[in-house]
Amino acid sequence: MIEAYLIHLLILIGIYFILAISLQVSLGFTGLLNLGHVAFYAIGAYTSALLILNGFPFWFSFLMAGVLAMIAGLILALPIRKLKGDYLALATMGFTYVVYAIIINWSELTNGPLGLPNINKPSLFGFSFASNLSFLILVVIITAITSFIVYKIVKSPFGKVLESIRDDELASQSLGKNTFKMKSFALAISAFFAGIAGSLYAHYVTYIDPTSFTIVQLIPVLAIIIIGGLASLKGTLAATVILVLIPELLRFIGLSSSIVGPARQIIYALILLLIMLYKPKGLYGKVELD
Amino acid sequence: MLKISNLKKFFGGVKAVNNCTFHVEKGKITALIGPNGSGKTTLFNLVFGVLKADSGKIIFDKNELRNLPIQKISNLGISRIFQQSRLFDNLTIKENMLLAFDNEDTKLFKNVFGFNKTTKEKENKIEEILKLVKMEEHKNKLAKNISYGQKRLVEIARSIIKPHKMLMLDEPVAGVTPSLRKELAKLLSKLRDEGETIFVIEHDMNFVLNIADSVVVLDEGKVIASGKPDIIKNNKRVLEAYLGD
Repeated sequence: MIEAYLIHLLILIGIYFILAISLQVSLGFTGLLNLGHVAFYAIGAYTSALLILNGFPFWFSFLMAGVLAMIAGLILALPIRKLKGDYLALATMGFTYVVYAIIINWSELTNGPLGLPNINKPSLFGFSFASNLSFLILVVIITAITSFIVYKIVKSPFGKVLESIRDDELASQSLGKNTFKMKSFALAISAFFAGIAGSLYAHYVTYIDPTSFTIVQLIPVLAIIIIGGLASLKGTLAATVILVLIPELLRFIGLSSSIVGPARQIIYALILLLIMLYKPKGLYGKVELD
Repeated sequence: MLKISNLKKFFGGVKAVNNCTFHVEKGKITALIGPNGSGKTTLFNLVFGVLKADSGKIIFDKNELRNLPIQKISNLGISRIFQQSRLFDNLTIKENMLLAFDNEDTKLFKNVFGFNKTTKEKENKIEEILKLVKMEEHKNKLAKNISYGQKRLVEIARSIIKPHKMLMLDEPVAGVTPSLRKELAKLLSKLRDEGETIFVIEHDMNFVLNIADSVVVLDEGKVIASGKPDIIKNNKRVLEAYLGD
C-alpha cells in the first residue's frame, strides 16, 4: 500500500518536474512571464488522449502532444512579440483561458465538461506500461531525457543568448540577435515539453476534463520555479520534490477532504512568502525576482 | 560612412530632432555635442533603429537604415554602447564578450549538438581586447559584480569585439574617474589611428576637443555648427547654446 503511494508521488514529481523545467526555459532563462504554460499542458494532454482513443499508437500520440503544443507556442509568439512584463503575463494568461474555453465548448471533439474517460495506458514496442511501477520507469526515462535536452540547451551559447534577452533585450538586439526568433524558440521548446508532460498526465490518470487545466494549476508550477530559483535546474528539482511532498503531509493529520485543497494553496502561499522574504533568489537561483 | 539628411523626429510639439543634416567620415572620430535635451541621444536612437524617424534619410555604407530593426542595423556593421550600462548582469564578462562575436549562437541545433564551440582563437581575441581596457583579470566575474567604471570599459571592449564598421558611443566617459577618462581618450585615439570610424556623444568638452577630428553641435534638435574642434570651440552660437545669452 505504502509502496503504491510512493510510486504515485514519484510519478507526480516527474510530471511536475517536466512542467516546471520546461517553464524555466521561457520564464527563468528567457525572462518571459509566461502564464500560458497550462494551456500547452492541456493541448498535450488532449492531443495525446484523443489520438490514442482514435486508435493511434502511444509513441505517435505522445510525440504529437509535444509537437502540437510547440506549434501553439510558435503561434502564441506572434501576437505577444512586442509585449513585456505585466502585459505579456496578461496576454499569455488570456491564452490559457482561450484554450480552456475551446476545451469546454468544443464538445464534439473534447467531450466538453464531461471530459475524456478510458484513456489507454501507454505501450511501446509490445511492452505495456499499465502498472504504476512500469509507468514510473517510463516517467523517469522521459524526465531524464527532458532534463538532458534542457540542460544542453541552456548551457550552450544558445542558452546564453536566451539569458541575454532576459537581462536586457535591447542590448541583445544591439549585438545583432534576432530576439523575436529567440523568444519564439524559447516558447516553442517550453511548450513542447509542457505538451509531453500533459501526455504523461493523461495516460497516467486515464481521465481528463477541463478542470485539470485551469489557471489555478499554474500556481504550483510557478511556486516550484520561484522556490527553486529562476534559471536553476537543480533548484527546480529540489522545489518540485518539496512542493509535491509537503502538501501530502496534510493527508496524515486527519483533515477533511474539503479542507485539504485550500490548505494546500495556503501552504504554497506561505512557502512563497517565506522565500520572498528570506531568500528572494530562491533556493539555488542566480537571478533575483523583479 | 554615415550620411544623415533632413532627419526629423517630433514628439507631439517637441521637436527632438529637427531637419538635421551632417555626415560621419570613415576613419575619423566625429563627436556629437550639445546641451542637455538638445536631441543627441534621440539622434543616436534614430540611427540605431530604437526610434523611427518621421522623415529624412539615414544612409550607412550605402544602406538606408530607416525602418530597419535594431538587429539588422547592428549586423550591417554598427556597434553601439548606450548612455546607461547595458551589460548582461547575470552573465560573466567573458560570456558578455562571447555574445558579441557572431550570431552562430542563435542556431538551436548547432548549439545543442555542440558544433558551436568556443575556439582558442575566440578566447585569445577576448583576452587581447580585455587587456586593451585592463579588464582581463575580471573576465570570469559576473557583470553585476564589477564597478560602474569597469562596466563602461567592458562595454567598450564588447563593442570593439563585435564585427563592425562604425562604433557609436553614447557618453562613454560619463560617470568614470578622471584617470579612466584619460585612458579612454588614449584608447579611442589609438582605435582611430588603426582605422576605426567612431561617432561619439560626449558632454566633457575637453575630452571631445582632445580626441575628435570633427564636431557636430546640436541645439533644440537642430545642427547649429559643425567642423573641426578648433573652429567649433570659438563659434559664437555654440558658446551661446552652452553658456546662455
